[in-house]
Amino acid sequence: MTGRAESPTSQRLSTGVQLILRVLHHFAPHRWTHARLLKWGVTGRTLVIAVPYLWLLLFFLVPFIIVLKIAFSETQIAMPPYQPLVHWVGDKAVNLTLNFGNFLFLLEDNLYWKAFLNSLKVAGISTFFCLLIGYPMAYAIARADSTKRNVLLMMVILPFWTSFLLRVYAWIGILKNNGLINNFLLWTGVIDQPIVMLQTDFAIYVGIVYSYLPFMILPLYSNLEKMDLTLLEAAQDLGCGPFKAFMKITLPLSMPGILAGSMLVFIPAVGEFVIPTLLGGPESLMIGKVLWTEFFNNRDWPVASAVAIALLIFLVVPIVYFQRVQARETGGGVHR
Amino acid sequence: MASGARNDGRFEPWKAPGAEPYIRIDRVTKKFGDFMAVNDVSLKIYKKELFCLLGGSGCGKTTLLRMLAGFEEPTAGKIFIDGVDMAGIPPYERPVNMMFQSYALFPHMTVEQNVAFGLHQDKVPKSEIRQRVTEMLDMVKLGQFGKRKPHQLSGGQRQRVALARALVKRPKLLLLDEPLGALDKKLREHTQFELVNLQEQLGVTFVVVTHDQEEAMTLSTRIGVMNAGEIVQVGTPSEIYEYPNSKFVAEFIGSVNMFEGRLIEDEPGHVRIHCPDLDGNVYVDHGVSSPPGAVVFAAVRPEKIVLSRDKPASADNMAHGIVKEIAYMGDMSTYLVRLDSGKMARVTQPNTWRHADDRITWEEPVYLNWHPSSPVVVSE
Ligand SMILES: Nc1ncnc2c1ncn2[C@@H]1O[C@H](COP(=O)(O)OP(=O)(O)OP(=O)(O)O)[C@@H](O)[C@H]1O
Ligand SMILES: [Mg+2]
Repeated sequence: MTGRAESPTSQRLSTGVQLILRVLHHFAPHRWTHARLLKWGVTGRTLVIAVPYLWLLLFFLVPFIIVLKIAFSETQIAMPPYQPLVHWVGDKAVNLTLNFGNFLFLLEDNLYWKAFLNSLKVAGISTFFCLLIGYPMAYAIARADSTKRNVLLMMVILPFWTSFLLRVYAWIGILKNNGLINNFLLWTGVIDQPIVMLQTDFAIYVGIVYSYLPFMILPLYSNLEKMDLTLLEAAQDLGCGPFKAFMKITLPLSMPGILAGSMLVFIPAVGEFVIPTLLGGPESLMIGKVLWTEFFNNRDWPVASAVAIALLIFLVVPIVYFQRVQARETGGGVHR
Repeated sequence: MASGARNDGRFEPWKAPGAEPYIRIDRVTKKFGDFMAVNDVSLKIYKKELFCLLGGSGCGKTTLLRMLAGFEEPTAGKIFIDGVDMAGIPPYERPVNMMFQSYALFPHMTVEQNVAFGLHQDKVPKSEIRQRVTEMLDMVKLGQFGKRKPHQLSGGQRQRVALARALVKRPKLLLLDEPLGALDKKLREHTQFELVNLQEQLGVTFVVVTHDQEEAMTLSTRIGVMNAGEIVQVGTPSEIYEYPNSKFVAEFIGSVNMFEGRLIEDEPGHVRIHCPDLDGNVYVDHGVSSPPGAVVFAAVRPEKIVLSRDKPASADNMAHGIVKEIAYMGDMSTYLVRLDSGKMARVTQPNTWRHADDRITWEEPVYLNWHPSSPVVVSE
């Protein structure tokens, strides 16, 4: 890397900047503010941490509490379509009605269980295929030379610049009976009847794997790219062929990337609604679709909210537990 | 300067007529794009040698070592190990182990697993692996650290794990890239001797890369001095120190006074050099190969110069100056003398007497002189 020559304009600019800096340094408004904040017990560190916490509080916790509230209420035909939890009795007393019926209903009707299990299955299989396809891609990008690497990464991210919905619709065009694939196969004479692909589970898998692949590739890439390549040389030096060196060194060291990618694919895939609705058949049972039906078709907001809360608990609790265990095992992360 | 610590005339396979070298590097060149990292290097290294590659940063030491290990292919030339041409043989099939400059320990494995790794690849039986790993860890004094991960070790301990991992396979040739680079001076000196002991005990051939000339002096049977991708001199530590073949080597190893001059008398038995910086000429009692009139340098080591208050008898090999600086170093003192010509000369004198009242001191006029066998004549 060579230092770049500065043009006269940029030099003048930088003297200007220096002047401003010197003035700022002299009057030091930051120092004054800093001292005042410190007196209140606010340091730069707490501020930096507070911002994301505030964000989460506003856009995650508050909506979550609203949903939780609805889950414990009863339906009514009105707007909004649920009864308030808290109502005033007389002037002073407050009556709190918690309705667990929605959650009990989920247990009674095995539709919800089936939908949930099926969602887990679909998400699991999709995650597996994302890993299978994404790992070699991430590996190839991480090992490509640095000029090509950015182009390749760009190509992974590029689909995000088109609407997700449009991309799923495009798959309809590809998969349908007189779509791209069938027409091509008919034209080459490999088949004489179109293969039914749309509105099958196969289409759901294709859609999910296609849509979520970047979420697998990116964390894997950032993990693989960081890896110290002399470790592979050391393994080879100790008698490992390239494949064995991959299995014994690269793969275990990329475990954090595999886990991060799998979570990023698996979790949203469980609750996926658009893809099964558009690409899957009417009988495809997924929890996201059930939620939609409860909410919009049946207008049963409390049950829909209960489904959402149950989903959250079933996904988040095992994941948090799992991460705890993992953190304990690795002794607080791998250091180099 | 401890020179030739390991070479007292007993182990000199390179002098034996008809001895087969263990490693033969034959006119090897390595280019990265247009850049010559290693330029036409030829070397012969013999069994059980501890050969040091010595040179400044970026002179191609690591590149040469990596070609021996098989991580880089030479652009031109051939490498033979134990008589076998290494062209196209991958690292995992070479009878060579390497200790990396960065150690390259596997972070997800314990110390034991790291050391056992190479043995597992060789399909050594489990019980033997356990025994050899334990033995090796004891040898590098890491017996009780077997269950730790590399990130729980100090730099020196990591370095010893790396050494154990490379040695446990009992390679015939061990390549070490700056093995002691990360250690502090004390641990470094200690480890140097351990390394030499291990090497003699196991009878392994070592090729060690270093940019520390003192380290090279104490460790090696022979040194190959590198500069800008080329080997400029190969020899025992004392040969390199006493008979440097170029100005570069003379200046790179130890400190030296370099007097530029012209050859005015060139006989087979002696030469005389006229040096403008000195009062007399430089008289050397052996012949040199440069033509008369050539510009040469007379290199005189500081410890080979004698300081005196009286004018020396001979008009040659002497100079007059004033002491400007004295550095007391316990066993000896270094004097910086400004010659009448303005050139600074460095002289070291042993502190033989505890109470020397008439010691030469600051700002005192002195004469420098040296024996005709002391100067080494080198050219640019
Ligand atoms: N893969 C590479 N591509 C391009 N140039 C390289 C490569 N590897 C090394 N070089 C160059 O070759 C030269 C020699 O490098 P090398 O690593 O052998 O130096 P070295 O003698 O080991 O130095 P140091 O003492 O700093 O480790 C350097 O100038 C370096 O920039
Ligand atoms: Mg190096």
